[in-house]
Amino acid sequence: MKIIKALSATALALALAAPAVAGPDDDNLMINGDLNMVTETAAPDHLGGALGSTIYSGWRFRTDETQSLQTDDFDNPAMLFIDQAMDLFNTVDGTEGKSCASCHDGPEQFAGLAATMPKVIDGKLVVMEDLLNGHRAKAMGAEPWKWSGDEMQSMVALIGLQSRGMPVNVAIDGPAAPFWEQGKEMYYTRYGQLELSCANCHEDNWGNMIRADHLSMGQINGFPTYRLKQAKLISKHNRFRGCIRDTMAETFAEGSDEFRALELYVQSRGNGLSVETPAVRQ
Amino acid sequence: MKRISAALAVVLLGAAPAAAEPPAPSEVNFEDGAVTMSLTGQPGDPAAGREVMNKGSGNCIACHAVSDLAEWPFHGEVGPPLDGVADRWSEAELRGIVANAKMMFPDTMMPSFYRNDGYIRPGNGFTGKAAEGALDPLLTAQQVEDVVAYLMTLKDS
Ligand code: HEC
Ligand code: HEC
Repeated sequence: MKIIKALSATALALALAAPAVAGPDDDNLMINGDLNMVTETAAPDHLGGALGSTIYSGWRFRTDETQSLQTDDFDNPAMLFIDQAMDLFNTVDGTEGKSCASCHDGPEQFAGLAATMPKVIDGKLVVMEDLLNGHRAKAMGAEPWKWSGDEMQSMVALIGLQSRGMPVNVAIDGPAAPFWEQGKEMYYTRYGQLELSCANCHEDNWGNMIRADHLSMGQINGFPTYRLKQAKLISKHNRFRGCIRDTMAETFAEGSDEFRALELYVQSRGNGLSVETPAVRQ
Repeated sequence: MKRISAALAVVLLGAAPAAAEPPAPSEVNFEDGAVTMSLTGQPGDPAAGREVMNKGSGNCIACHAVSDLAEWPFHGEVGPPLDGVADRWSEAELRGIVANAKMMFPDTMMPSFYRNDGYIRPGNGFTGKAAEGALDPLLTAQQVEDVVAYLMTLKDS
């Protein structure tokens, strides 16, 4: 990767000249020279072969230039937001005069949590944003953060970072089953005037170009991701909304029960991949 | 607007042989996925059709590669390349495929370009908001004819 980075200008020139690439590349993702990430692994059984025998992280579909930004935390632009979240963790907010740090030793306490989210708690399907706003309301007496706002997504990224390198492992059975079924149904529904489902693009056509975009498997193991185009952290629900909007459909709202269910289902399609939060995308 | 277009219609009707009103999308007659009659009763304009391949609600090269359109970057790989497509399909078949590809290829990923109902959560263009009122088809009858006329120029032999 280092060499590739040095040659990135040439690589870009070649990429433009060469015919469209098919499929994922063969690169390995090693972060900070010591954290080896699983970017391909056996497809989970519940997919029944729909993605073939192997699933790939979205990182494997990006250009060498974009990939290299994720290999070193000094180059990863998302780390600015991680720093901000560290400050927020220690900032008193709300009527109770507390910060996260009043109750929690530090973010390290949440190692492993993101790898198992979303999950069902007291009969309700809960995602990370719910946990954060729930604690803000209950323990701190603080106003909820906006779903895709910088504060919320920085904190989601900070908590997610504590699981970086651990395998995604969400439960899809027991109380999660009905939510998972709902998400699956959505994944295969052809929304909008273009009548395209998530599966049309990310299951039937991963590896193919759609206009200028190289289609990945639409995994969320790297979310929130730093998108170079928007120069900020992008939430999972914001990405879902964008993809559904592009089918000329009426989308669902960020933080809706529909998107919670879809999040559980999409996350389960990545069971076994490393958590890459915060990833970098084009 | 209403009155102007009515006035214009009178002028046009007076000047040229009457162009038939295009059929509503639901009234187009498909036989084995093909549509024999021109939707406008007129031949299409291949140059205008060529433009539709690259932009707007057509954007066919999002999914298809076409060597003749090499001046525009980034051709997709979702559908088959369209080089030589006029050798493989008749004009009527191409009209059917462009108007509503699902009549020729059931369950195909290709959008239906001359259709305006039967959608799940139809939106107001690319705004993400709900559609208001009746939808326009992705392409007008004229644009369908223009695209078909362009596709008819894609011959290998
Ligand atoms: C018309 C094609 C299309 C449809 C339909 C579509 N997507 Fe996408 N999606 C894309 C493109 C293009 C990208 C950017 C390239 C990539 O990462 O695959 C993308 C990216 C993503 C990503 C980011 C992946 C990453 O590694 O950062 C996720 C997650 C995703 N899509 C999920 C979905 C879900 C869930 C649905 C259905 C609700 C959906 N997509 C429907 C085209 C589509
Ligand atoms: C979202 C993807 C997509 C878009 C956009 C799209 N197509 Fe297609 N098209 C396909 C696919 C997939 C097929 C293959 C049919 C099947 O499903 O078996 C196809 C097949 C065709 C065929 C038959 C090709 C052959 O050699 O058999 C023609 C002709 C065609 N498309 C023309 C067009 C035109 C013209 C447009 C734009 C007005 C267009 N397509 C837009 C996906 C697309």
